[in-house]
Amino acid sequence: MYQAKIKVTLKKGVLDPQGSAVQRSLHALDYGEVTSVRIGKYMEVNLEAPNKEAAEEQVKEMCQRLLANPVIEDYTYNLVEVKS
Amino acid sequence: MKFGVVVFPGSNCDTDVKYAIETVLKQPVDYLWHQEGDVAGYDCLVLPGGFSFGDYLRIGAIARFSPIMKSVEQFAGNGGLVIGICNGFQILLEAGLLPGAMKMNDSLQFRCQDAYLKIENNETAFTNKIMPGHILRVPVAHGEGNYYADESMVAELERNGQIVFRYSSSEGVVVPEANPNGSTANIAGVINKEGNVLGMMPHPERCAETLLGGEDGKLIFESIINWHQGGGKRG
Repeated sequence: MYQAKIKVTLKKGVLDPQGSAVQRSLHALDYGEVTSVRIGKYMEVNLEAPNKEAAEEQVKEMCQRLLANPVIEDYTYNLVEVKS
Repeated sequence: MKFGVVVFPGSNCDTDVKYAIETVLKQPVDYLWHQEGDVAGYDCLVLPGGFSFGDYLRIGAIARFSPIMKSVEQFAGNGGLVIGICNGFQILLEAGLLPGAMKMNDSLQFRCQDAYLKIENNETAFTNKIMPGHILRVPVAHGEGNYYADESMVAELERNGQIVFRYSSSEGVVVPEANPNGSTANIAGVINKEGNVLGMMPHPERCAETLLGGEDGKLIFESIINWHQGGGKRG
């Protein structure tokens, strides 16, 4: 079995209202060194696949079709084999 | 003219839409459960507001794959009229039937208030009964109505007359203060290039009779009926 650890974030250049609010809050706590905050989603997807290449293919397709919205979001993933 | 209101698990404005169409506008209307596959015989499909599938993952992302959506896409592809209100708009964006995407309100607050709408295009199937210069007052109620389109997309929308409503002052001036959610270019509603699919964040069904504080929303439904009676084609 494989596990994909998937991160979805807003694309660079797309304003992140949540991230801005958290940044302001960190500044209010005197973390003046914070220059930007971006908030995203983290998902763990376990899947069966005959091999890693096949698993990767599936994960990519899942990200493109459902897990991320290509208009405003980017995704990255890390795929590892795990014991079922 | 026969309307169908698509109901997803978590839709909550379906009853209001049905009431406006049936009781106020005296037109036949049915609920269409999201697992149905057939939309034949309808002249206009409405995707109502609410929180379909609990807004999980991303608003509209799961509803967009409900079985009925294949039929909705086909219906729209054949020129049938489709209107998405609030959550319905978000679902149409996710389905790719309308351009752009929706983000969280820039204030991070849920906004429940009246909004004034400047009509940028009153020659559509959804706005033809609105007199030029008439500013609509229609309630909004959403946490994620921050419409996003990049610069080149906005320019294209403008060129094609696809921006139908903009948030404005009560006098119809488009200013940042009138924007309840941070939407790009104060956009409150867009239509597809072909002119038969409209998405809007404000709720016309909530102001379709004076008892509810205003009748401006009725103009949207009257436009649809007028367009249909004028020979609009069935999807």
